[in-house]
Amino acid sequence: MAETQPPAPAFYVLDPHEHHHEPGSGTLLGFWIYLMSDALIFATLFATYGVLSTSYAGGPSPREIFELPLVALNTAILLVSSITYGFAMIAMQEGRLGGTRLWLAVTGLLGMAFVGVELYEFGNLIAEGATPQRSAFLSAFFTLVSTHGLHVSFGILWIGVMLVQLGQRGLHAENQRRLLCLSMFWHFLDVVWIGVFTFVYLLGVLR
Amino acid sequence: MTGETVTSAIFGRLTWESFPIHEPILLVTFAVVVLLGLGIVGAVTKYRLWGWLWREWLTSVDHKKIGIMYIVLGIIMLLRGFADALMMRAQQAMAFGASQGYLPAHHYDQVFTAHGTIMIFFVAIPLVVGLINFVMPLQIGARDVAFPFLNNLSFWLTVAGALLVMVSLFVGEFSRGGWLNYVPVTNLQNSPDTGPDYYLWALQIAGVGTTLSAINMVTTIIKMRAPGMTMMKMPVFCWTALCSNVLAIAIFPVLTGAFALLMLDRYVGTNFFTNDLGGNPMMYWNLVWIWGHPEVYVLVLPVFGIYSEITSTFTGKRLFGYSSMVYATVVITILSYLVWLHHFFTMGSGASVNSFFGIATMVISIPTGAKIFNWLFTMYRGRIRYELPMMWVIAFMLTFVVGGMTGVLLAVPPADFVLHNSLFLVAHFHNVIIGGVVFGLFAGLDYWFPKAFGFKLDRFWGRIHFWGWVIGYWVAWTPIYVVGLMGTTRRVRHFDDPSLQIWFVLAAIGALIILVGIAAFVIQIAVSIMRRDQLRDTTGDPWHGRTLEWSTASPPPAYNFAFTPQVHALDAWYDMKDRGAQRPVTGFAPIHMPRNTGAGVILSAMAMVLGFAMIWYIWWLAAVSAVALLVYGVAHTFNYNRDYYIPADEVAEEEDARSRLLAAGA
Repeated sequence: MAETQPPAPAFYVLDPHEHHHEPGSGTLLGFWIYLMSDALIFATLFATYGVLSTSYAGGPSPREIFELPLVALNTAILLVSSITYGFAMIAMQEGRLGGTRLWLAVTGLLGMAFVGVELYEFGNLIAEGATPQRSAFLSAFFTLVSTHGLHVSFGILWIGVMLVQLGQRGLHAENQRRLLCLSMFWHFLDVVWIGVFTFVYLLGVLR
Repeated sequence: MTGETVTSAIFGRLTWESFPIHEPILLVTFAVVVLLGLGIVGAVTKYRLWGWLWREWLTSVDHKKIGIMYIVLGIIMLLRGFADALMMRAQQAMAFGASQGYLPAHHYDQVFTAHGTIMIFFVAIPLVVGLINFVMPLQIGARDVAFPFLNNLSFWLTVAGALLVMVSLFVGEFSRGGWLNYVPVTNLQNSPDTGPDYYLWALQIAGVGTTLSAINMVTTIIKMRAPGMTMMKMPVFCWTALCSNVLAIAIFPVLTGAFALLMLDRYVGTNFFTNDLGGNPMMYWNLVWIWGHPEVYVLVLPVFGIYSEITSTFTGKRLFGYSSMVYATVVITILSYLVWLHHFFTMGSGASVNSFFGIATMVISIPTGAKIFNWLFTMYRGRIRYELPMMWVIAFMLTFVVGGMTGVLLAVPPADFVLHNSLFLVAHFHNVIIGGVVFGLFAGLDYWFPKAFGFKLDRFWGRIHFWGWVIGYWVAWTPIYVVGLMGTTRRVRHFDDPSLQIWFVLAAIGALIILVGIAAFVIQIAVSIMRRDQLRDTTGDPWHGRTLEWSTASPPPAYNFAFTPQVHALDAWYDMKDRGAQRPVTGFAPIHMPRNTGAGVILSAMAMVLGFAMIWYIWWLAAVSAVALLVYGVAHTFNYNRDYYIPADEVAEEEDARSRLLAAGA
């Protein structure tokens, strides 16, 4: 039998450099999977909003309280911030540290403007008596929109941390990897916002 | 400011009345826990082990050590959860007619809630995650997981959750809302106490850990397999671990979301699950069961993988129908997401919806049945060795099939209308969880223990452990099936009909037989440690295994493999032995490894303080710990020094020691 068997192949990788994982690729995949889990949290909130969106309990309905021009402005701000983040990534690919930091800072400022307008909108709603406690519809509305807003705020904090770390170490491989993750995060929030704008605001005033 | 407002500003709603000094059962338990804790702390101090414990274990990012710590956590919590079970069995065996038993209602309700919560979240999950953590990277020929620090953090977040549940035993009360903390019982107006808050914070913190761990494991399996190991050459256990963790990522966010909404209801006054202002309590049930049903498969799929590995090893044959096993696993993963509504057919969603979910549920039995046949055909004409792990496999097949069949019965909506919330249902899920998950976890512990520690577990005590559980299971749960079929409902503290008592007495006897099994398990570990020299295995392959974890030393070195294996076949290690692969003994290179860190322990401790402060409305402490968590978390990202190299001569030294052991054994 032994002579009919082909010679045994190599069973161990003897050269340590031969089998080296591309550094960072695991991180990007892992972070993407995390974003999918985050998407499911949003899915839960969207589903809850879908079930409760007409439970006004005698309180205000979307048509009475949503100010579409304001929300349209906010949508524009967030979409532009995705473009400016893209400029930051182009600068990073070209190895321009200054450009990366500049566009990151612009993105952060646009993010702050977005959160500011959202807080202004919430303030108006609460002043009108449309509080999260008023009805199940308002509970679901405030929770969905402010969960997105909290994510954006976290993204702004992250941008701030990255600006400091870029200042300390420049376009270090680790920093580049982090900027790629933050990029996915920021664009992901844009996608979620398009869902919020369509299903909550646009469909809300049509109802 | 009056004195009262000052104390409530400092301590929130925590007062002297929060400590249950008037309840003798709790007081005795507390005394025992304190004495035990002091004993352990004293012993660690006396032998000066704190530094060693911190450096080698608590801060370790080694997947093997984290896996072992998960398993230790699971075993400790098993003792707590089983104590709850004994209390319930005793109460139900005596509370008939004039006798009210010994547990007041509000205490009994906490006991059954804690039992279910602990057994699923802090026993089954840690044991399953622990085994995956320990075994999976070894089976795919990797040196660690994709995110070693995250792994450590996940573990400690789980511990923080478990500790909060344990704290609720002695400070305040635990939830009375059942193991999923159901509304409307847990709405603020019905449960203004701390119970549901303990539940929610404990599970939110532990749940973050479980989600992060699942992301970690999936990334590891996709990215870090040894060269040559294609997906269809991956051991079945890794396949089931992959599906289980993908499923966990798909469901835990839903649970986190549902719990967050209930928290908002309780803390902010929103109206998601309330009965007025448009709230919808059934929304909570839907969301938690979208988590809850797949969760059963998150637990049982890896265990199916364990059975597959063991059956193949102890029959000395390749697993029958490997690819059908893989497809069956994937099909179960998908179907498990489509059946949640069978937990409340009685909600009244109509005949068509109920039919869909009933049929989807029944369909799951097809891939599961295929698995049973695969194991049977693997055993068919094999040389079966009846070692402890294989005994568990046989007991599993005989027990689990009955549970599967009662499950199909419950999946029929008209039958479910009769059996909903009866003890028949309770017997069914204990049948599949004990007969499926628990037996499989013990099989896995018996099987992989020699890999983790370098010596086998004692067979005599292992057999008592085995028979205690198997006989105990049947004596304890057959009577419950019977009374359930007669219509007895679950979560009942007192019965009027004296003719039922005999069944509950029988069930209590069964629980005592299981207690013998659990005691034998603890003795088995102690005896094995004392007899470790006789039980020693120097080969690293005590069972004649077939997968890569058996190709390295027992216990494996920190770097797992001095040289990454090159895989050519399914059952890679069997293939290597079969074709005479020679283990390289020279030419070692430095090995790149992650560095230990205390950040996981510290972040989890902060999360636990945050949870405790929120439970007791201690707002200043909550604010402080939340800020601390954020600041420390951000500060941790400024640490870029996270890896190091094990020098080549250290690797050579370790591998030479192994060569001498192998030569001495041969």
